[in-house]
Amino acid sequence: MSNQKSLKAWVQSGKVNRKLCIFTFMLVPVALLVIFTYIPFIKMIGFSFYDMKYIGDREFVGLQNYVEVFTRKDCFQALKLSLYYIAASFIQLGLALYFASVLSFRVKGSGVFKGLMFFPYLVCGIAVGFIFKFFYTRGFVLDTVLQWCGFNLEQLPYWLKDTSINNISVAATSIWRYMGQGMVMFIGAIMSVDASLYEAGDIDGANSFQKFIYIILPNIKTIIVLNMILSITGSLSVFEPPYVITGGDFGTGTYFVIMNRLAHESQKVGLASAMAVVLLILIMIATLIQKGIEKYYFGVGETESIREVRKRKKRLEAEARGGAQ
Amino acid sequence: MMSKAKVKRIVLSVLKYMTLIFGAFVSVLPIVVCVITAFKTPEEYATTNVMTLPQSWTYFENFIQAWKQANMGVAFRNSAIILVCVLTGSILTGSMLAYVLSRFKFKGNGLIRNMFLFASLLPGIAMQVSVYQIMYSLGWINFLPGYIIMMCGTDIISIYIFIQFFENIPDSLDESAIMDGCTYFGVFFRILFPLLKPAIVTVMILKGVGVYNEYYTANLYLQDKNRLVTVATSLFKFTGPLGNQYNYICAGVIITMIPALIVFILCQKQIYGGLAAGAVKG
Repeated sequence: MSNQKSLKAWVQSGKVNRKLCIFTFMLVPVALLVIFTYIPFIKMIGFSFYDMKYIGDREFVGLQNYVEVFTRKDCFQALKLSLYYIAASFIQLGLALYFASVLSFRVKGSGVFKGLMFFPYLVCGIAVGFIFKFFYTRGFVLDTVLQWCGFNLEQLPYWLKDTSINNISVAATSIWRYMGQGMVMFIGAIMSVDASLYEAGDIDGANSFQKFIYIILPNIKTIIVLNMILSITGSLSVFEPPYVITGGDFGTGTYFVIMNRLAHESQKVGLASAMAVVLLILIMIATLIQKGIEKYYFGVGETESIREVRKRKKRLEAEARGGAQ
Repeated sequence: MMSKAKVKRIVLSVLKYMTLIFGAFVSVLPIVVCVITAFKTPEEYATTNVMTLPQSWTYFENFIQAWKQANMGVAFRNSAIILVCVLTGSILTGSMLAYVLSRFKFKGNGLIRNMFLFASLLPGIAMQVSVYQIMYSLGWINFLPGYIIMMCGTDIISIYIFIQFFENIPDSLDESAIMDGCTYFGVFFRILFPLLKPAIVTVMILKGVGVYNEYYTANLYLQDKNRLVTVATSLFKFTGPLGNQYNYICAGVIITMIPALIVFILCQKQIYGGLAAGAVKG
């Protein structure tokens, strides 16, 4: 009894209790992180040097897989496809910014517009795929709408088969899906701008466009730039739209669609791992650039941005020189 | 007579509303056409243009067919189980981790933060090549609890939201509770956890949308489509021989959208707020 009591007291005593708490609270999340992220990550790097399937023998091939990533037509072609998605995400950000700034001023029915434009974000990717397969089918929705606008069916391309346009069609679906999300994000950012700035703008007689240029834009530029870079990493890892809408056929297979095909259909696990590692390196580079830009233009936390520091230094130098003369 | 400035203002405002209406129209059109098609009989579907309205808005046969063919009863049950378990699991582990990371200074605190940060850079689908191998060796393919545990792996955004929230709760609250003889566990469960409510709602929305819509991993690890189908994977039934029966497909698509629509209508404010919060930290 006394033993039990002392054990309880020992556990409840400050230092032990603190350590116990740290240990137990971190055990599960860190274990999950290690098992499902770090072990696979290390294994993946290992796999990339082998010619192997999930089961059976493996053969060490050195850098062969990496050479193949850059020489195989489908892999390299797929990287180029990312450009379509990068373009799409820039258009998406532009539209989101436009609608967000329009909707942050007084607009009749703004709640309804916001809701309608946002809802596509909540539709699951595979449903989006079916919706647009239907939308683009010959003679169906898009063709009908364009015929109302005076086009002839013969003039219109096959939206999903014609290789000159099908990547644009598929990339457009991600604008449809994510524009509303970007808009809601930007509205949040615009709302967090100090309201007195708008009041000051009103007093000075600024119109909406001037308010956008001189008040909104400078205050939310951090979020805009961050999202532009996030969209580059996002564009490298597009998967669902082409996978569901075209199955990656007719030259629409993005990097992940090809990788998925190699890993789970042809079971070329080594090559697929090499593709994953290459993508990872690209994403790291993009992230490093992002961090650099952030530091240069905006400063991190309390520290000033490098650009500001340089500007001030130059100014001071100029002044010093001016003073000397 | 109207002044020039006034004319300009009216023109601009007309343009503004036109762009808004156009944006809303483009957002809604693909979905509306699906609704129209879902109510058409097979003959109607074959003979009329896609934009023609159905004869009757009470023809539910397509929905019944889609429900049966895609095994949606099972799909909704599985998705509900996955959602409840994954949300509970990841909110508990995420908030506990955030508590430790934000309240205690110890060796390795920074290391663990960086480990989570780095993990968020690794693209999910790329990692599945080797995660699949681990799931396979654990015998967790076609094993629902295994899938749930894998999905619980906390993502950095929810941890950030929790950490941010903890930093806004004054330390003095913890200290006074410790003075009163409360253990650190007690501080977390009795005092701090109930205060986390707004952050929990945000995380639930962000993570919930992701889990409900998750297709790739569900398809990969829950291959037994009779028993372990989820709402997102159930639709894949409609590829192959059923690929042209859009009256059924549209009905199926609409069914999967209904829960999202209900949640959206009920918690619009929280969803907008959650996204804005997630964005600022992400």
